[in-house]
Amino acid sequence: MSRVLLIHSFLIFLWSINLVHADEKQLIKIAFISQEDKVPAALSNLDPFIQHKGLMGADIAIKDNNTTGQFTGQKYEIKKILIPISADIIQEYKKQVSDDIVFVVTNLPTEQLKKITELDSSQWKLFFDAKTIDDALRNEQCLDNVLHMLPSRAMRADALAQYMMKKRWNKWFLVTGPSPDDKNYSLAIKRAANRFGIKIVAEKQWTHTYDARRTAQSDVPVFTQENEHDVLVISDVQGLFGEYFTYRTWIPRPVIGTQGLVSTSWHRTHEQWGAVQIQNRFKEHAGRWMEEEDYGAYLAVRSIGEASVRTQSNKMQIIKDYLLSDEFALQGYKGKPLSFRTWNGQLRQPVLLAAARSLVSVAPIEGFLHPTSELDTLGFDQSESSCNNVPNKNNTLLPEVASERDSKSDSKMEMIKTKLKKLIEQITRQL
Amino acid sequence: MKLQFFCVGFINAVLGLTTLTFTAQAETVFITLEKDNALAVVDPIKGELIKTINIGQRPRGVAISPDNKYLYIATSDDDTVKIIDTESLKEVGQLPSGEDPETFALNSKGDRLYVSNEDDNLVTVIDIINKKAIAQIKVGVEPEGIAVSPDDKWVVSASETTNMIHWIDAKTNAIVENTLVDPRPRAASFTADNSQLWVTSEIAGTLMILDVKSKKIIKTIRLDIPGVSTDKIQPVGIVIDKDMRWGYVAIGPANRVAVINAQTLKVEKFLLVGQRVWNLAFSPNQKRLYTTNGRSSDISIIDLDNHKVTKSVGVGRFPWGVVSKP
Repeated sequence: MSRVLLIHSFLIFLWSINLVHADEKQLIKIAFISQEDKVPAALSNLDPFIQHKGLMGADIAIKDNNTTGQFTGQKYEIKKILIPISADIIQEYKKQVSDDIVFVVTNLPTEQLKKITELDSSQWKLFFDAKTIDDALRNEQCLDNVLHMLPSRAMRADALAQYMMKKRWNKWFLVTGPSPDDKNYSLAIKRAANRFGIKIVAEKQWTHTYDARRTAQSDVPVFTQENEHDVLVISDVQGLFGEYFTYRTWIPRPVIGTQGLVSTSWHRTHEQWGAVQIQNRFKEHAGRWMEEEDYGAYLAVRSIGEASVRTQSNKMQIIKDYLLSDEFALQGYKGKPLSFRTWNGQLRQPVLLAAARSLVSVAPIEGFLHPTSELDTLGFDQSESSCNNVPNKNNTLLPEVASERDSKSDSKMEMIKTKLKKLIEQITRQL
Repeated sequence: MKLQFFCVGFINAVLGLTTLTFTAQAETVFITLEKDNALAVVDPIKGELIKTINIGQRPRGVAISPDNKYLYIATSDDDTVKIIDTESLKEVGQLPSGEDPETFALNSKGDRLYVSNEDDNLVTVIDIINKKAIAQIKVGVEPEGIAVSPDDKWVVSASETTNMIHWIDAKTNAIVENTLVDPRPRAASFTADNSQLWVTSEIAGTLMILDVKSKKIIKTIRLDIPGVSTDKIQPVGIVIDKDMRWGYVAIGPANRVAVINAQTLKVEKFLLVGQRVWNLAFSPNQKRLYTTNGRSSDISIIDLDNHKVTKSVGVGRFPWGVVSKP
């Protein structure tokens, strides 16, 4: 009888240890912050406007992280902060992102991103920018607490240029729209052309009206009577006129750039390297195709997952150091391990070259070589980047070091516990 | 009486002779064709495609029963594993595989099938005799590679996004340990003596050797090929011969099979095969190796005495899995 009782009490003891164990899962808190966008003018109703892109991507990544976490004793929580268009970003951010959340994934335009990352309290946090493609943010205006998930404009332009070089379509006619974004895109195109020895043989500003009945059939042929060129490069980020060019040019020439053949980090035509799995999972979850921003947010949350699993930590500095180390290798369904450029926090990644219904190629294109990583043939390489604000890899922030010590003693406790557990198991077995 | 004995003896002799000629001569290789929805049947001795039969939507994983009587084929888009008689090539049954089965592993007894359900993060255990799913085990994100140890003790599942090898106790169908491995682990294969598990990482371009006892990685081999860009080094299928002399790893878009000395764990050479080489299978006597080459729509036959590719046989679009029988 007493023996039964003994076994019983041991079992209860075991069970309670298990409970404690389950409760003591390491918690990794992440905030996803997005501000509502103004619905822009659109050329057609083919592509629905999506608010808060990225949210669904973050969702799936949290699920993936937690699936992994069940085996590593880690738990991931995401706080979704969706800010109305009229609200003040700083106020909302201060109100909702508490000190205990050190990882922040943002779907914010450059200006808003800068506002929150430059706050004093933000130096203890690590931001994952899942939206911007600005070259300035990766260069002269770079921020040391921000990692950029999407390829910069320069990376996109370089990807196009590499493919055009392979095709030997190296005489370009560049058409630029009126918006600042269009102008920036054209700057990246010119940089790429210069870098790879492509000639811009003609250049024009598109200033016409956006009325399809007038522009499409009559204006485009006249507009495109230019010097002999191989391709027409369009800079129309908003998509207000670029689609009019294909099939309507004076001479038969393919359209590339923001329309026609586009360079992007993600596309619905992409299904290699297991991409079809994430495409299906995303569609099932969101009821739509995965957008670039969703992919960016997915990778951001997955980066935190991967780094925390490998380091068994939830501390900002440890995670940041790991992310910026050579150890970090993220699987992103693009056939190569993704990692961060230490000089400007840009995620190194292949860039897809896609037409509306088929994936044409993936850059870097074979033959473009680089001494360390061929992925660094895209965008601003270390020697070209003016980011002198290198993410503070070796920054020894005191509070972090202190808490690192805590986590070390935590793991010691963990070890003692497992040893104890094994001992009890042995005793029970002998009984 | 004497006559009877004589007769039996004679019949035995004739039977023996025919089996002898069969083992020496006849051999059949079965290949699933992912895009043709078909199964190709090849005579590897003659190096000829004998026939192609329709099998169901998107056939991928394939295994053969220990008695060589049945093929199990995952027809992914039909959400089932079909049982095909290896003689008549007729479907004789189906197994409840769960959704979108791609890869699976058969235990050595031939009574359990372990299926990876990639979209649901599950491994389904199927009782083959009763054609019933008897357990579902939660694993990491996107499980793919799966293997059973030759002693039927361990089932391992490789999850591609979690980057883990999950060690499932085949008795209890519960995970007892997890090993973190290089990103996007693809295939896993045990050595015949149950001591090692070999695992390929598609993204890191590595082959990892795990010690079954400690469940730890004891060696990582980078499969770099001189003159081939690193992004093409995407190792997938693995086989190791029963004497543990040689192991072979298919390196996908590098169009090569790595020949690895299983004793020293060093790469000895690379054999050029067809495009995007995916999966591998030995001939029953382990004298030959067959490779499925997805892009070039063929299989390569490798003579293992000399480590030379002797022939390629066109089989159909996107050959995926391969098995052989005497």
